[in-house]
Amino acid sequence: MQDEITLYVENEAGERIAVPAPTDMGLSLMEVLKANEFDILATCGGMALCATCHVELVQAPELPEASDDELYMLENLPNLREGSRLSCQIKITPDLDGTVIRLMADH
Amino acid sequence: MSTISTDICIIGAGPVGLFAVFEAGLLKMKCHVVDALPQVGGQLSEIYPKKPIYDIPGYPMVLAGDLVQNLMQQIEPFHPTFTLGERVEEIEKLEDGSFKLITTDKTEITCKVVVIAGGLGSFEPRKPAIENLENFEGGKGVAYMVKDPEFFRDKRIVLAGGGDSALDWAIYLADVAKELTLVHRGTTFRGAPESAAKVSSLAEEGHMKLLLKSNVTQVHGNGQLESVTISPDGAEGYQVEADYFIPLFGLVPKLGPLENWGLELEKSAIVVNTVDYSTNIPGVYAIGDINTYPGKLKLILCGFHEAALMAQSAYSIVYPDKKFVLKYTTVNGVPTM
Repeated sequence: MQDEITLYVENEAGERIAVPAPTDMGLSLMEVLKANEFDILATCGGMALCATCHVELVQAPELPEASDDELYMLENLPNLREGSRLSCQIKITPDLDGTVIRLMADH
Repeated sequence: MSTISTDICIIGAGPVGLFAVFEAGLLKMKCHVVDALPQVGGQLSEIYPKKPIYDIPGYPMVLAGDLVQNLMQQIEPFHPTFTLGERVEEIEKLEDGSFKLITTDKTEITCKVVVIAGGLGSFEPRKPAIENLENFEGGKGVAYMVKDPEFFRDKRIVLAGGGDSALDWAIYLADVAKELTLVHRGTTFRGAPESAAKVSSLAEEGHMKLLLKSNVTQVHGNGQLESVTISPDGAEGYQVEADYFIPLFGLVPKLGPLENWGLELEKSAIVVNTVDYSTNIPGVYAIGDINTYPGKLKLILCGFHEAALMAQSAYSIVYPDKKFVLKYTTVNGVPTM
């Protein structure tokens, strides 16, 4: 099994920054983004309570459906996009290899 | 207005703030605790009282609510005092080096040491990214909450949002407002199903307008709100006359007034020295989730450690003439003040 995948964070200029992510540590996408020092607060620590880790999945495989807690939080966001998710609720798995995201959190 | 005098004022009654009372108490320092919430416990009481926590030493598992109760029992011998339901708005350093804190309800607290254990900070309304929105805040047509529904009687109101508060206030204000429009970006509501059904029927009966797949994109007026632009998905926006625009997009944690206290901040957290968790203002410490330093882990466990080191350092401020002697809790039986 692939134990490291590559994610891409797309900035406002459309450039994609490659981010390596281990799949064998049970990390969330939020934790990987924070570890790579992206501008994500993740204030609530991963409980789907604050939306400061909001991302848009630009290109991604089909993921497990968002929980009610996550959907409720997303519903409250004024800048919701079709691919919006809370990165703290997405587990890093080999399927995510090549996923492209944009950071959407309001600070 | 009440006035309180204490050794240490702890801002934040979460687990770390409560444990700071214990560590201070061991060193014979008296604490007063202030919290904006009406009960102690912070996130543990407010957000996840029934969630199990697994990384508290000595507890294979403890429910968040039980941990708060145990902490209250643990600090009881030190007789801390509390101001709950009030937020510290101002902090002033006095000439003798002590501090005066003033809360939202004008409670005054004087102390020798301030400990900020504010966790996530305070929750404030999430604002949509609309140009000039702030020009209409403060009674000029944009409000982020409904404090007194009567204030909106016979007014033309545009609400925005799809959560429980948007639905609840739409139902309430449908009877009160002259005209009410609820604008929601989606096509379904995540809020309580019965509320969503009620909003739909009120709209069908003509008591309010319900605009789905739409956003408020502009606000207009000359000193006072006169209209808003509503833009349906993929279509040209149009103006709707409105006396009040109330965006209800939930809450977002913010530092609140402490942003203006002159503390060194980094990404909405207070920068501290890991020797003793002191801030750039002598006599002010920050412990728990609200601080930041290289290697910071936002764990209750780490906040407890920070509280212990803070208390040792604070001792030299509260008792400048005494020599600090480390005490183990096993030496003298149950610790008391």
